Amino acid sequence: MHCLPSKAGFALSPVLLASGLGAFFAFGAQAQSAPSAERGLAIYTAKCSACHSVDENRVGPAHAGVLGRRAGKAKDYEYSEALAKSKVVWSRTNLERWLTDPEKVIPGQRMGYRLSLPQERADVVAYLATLSAPK
Amino acid sequence: MNLISSRRGFMGNTGKLSAVGLALLGGNVAMAQGMAGDAAKDAGILNVALGLEHEAINAYQLGAMSGLLQKPVLDIAVGFQSHHKAHRDALIATIEKLGARPVAEKKLDDYAKALKADTLKNQADVLDLAARLELGATNAYLGVIPAFMSKDLAKVAARLAADETMHFTILTNALGRPLPAGALSFGA
Repeated sequence: MHCLPSKAGFALSPVLLASGLGAFFAFGAQAQSAPSAERGLAIYTAKCSACHSVDENRVGPAHAGVLGRRAGKAKDYEYSEALAKSKVVWSRTNLERWLTDPEKVIPGQRMGYRLSLPQERADVVAYLATLSAPK
Repeated sequence: MNLISSRRGFMGNTGKLSAVGLALLGGNVAMAQGMAGDAAKDAGILNVALGLEHEAINAYQLGAMSGLLQKPVLDIAVGFQSHHKAHRDALIATIEKLGARPVAEKKLDDYAKALKADTLKNQADVLDLAARLELGATNAYLGVIPAFMSKDLAKVAARLAADETMHFTILTNALGRPLPAGALSFGA
């Protein structure tokens, strides 16, 4: 039995094609589950750790204690002027907004990376919330 | 990774960024000369990428100097480092032609501290660090592609991501780990 439709089959099945593309691009529309710090750690490792560490400033600032910290205040990190002057205090809500589009939260900042999936943003924020401030 | 300025900034500089992207792609920095206007944001984006490349070069340097890597793994690591040096050189040339100052490389000791190089005890530790950095870099470059208004710069980011993905794949294989089971495991 043939599992794949022929070219003609595709050509004659716009609904099938559309539904396939719909599934392909619909990742962001999936129902969200409760935020998971465990999943967040895995996402952080795969997608944030190019620039960030928990307890060391690298390309980006260290994240220990980020929840509740004022933006631009990680010790010894050289921030953009926009971050350094910001009055934002990191909450779960504005961290999720930041990961959605940093420039909308603090214009002039330098981070262009975005997490496009709401579930991933929620999970990463759940993980960040577990990080205690440095002693 | 922090590669993107505001959408407005990109829309205002689309033509210039296109030329910059082409210059970076082709290694023809002369194409980027003479660009007028405020390119500071664009240079800032490239500077963040440059910071990543500096770190990658130094991570491989630490690995090579550790004495923990055996041939042929050592040769492969040095080869990957050369790719990152090529990325660095292209980024520096483009940033300078935009009239900005490329972010400086830190001291090797600074990278050693930030990457906890003192915890590396064997070849697998070194490869694990490299694989994590390469995976992060892959996702970082992929993660900024949608924000580019310039298709040329998006293409540059995609090509850089392709190099990092190749590195990650080889390192994962060298570690004896399974490759990602599912499709579309990078980016998003």
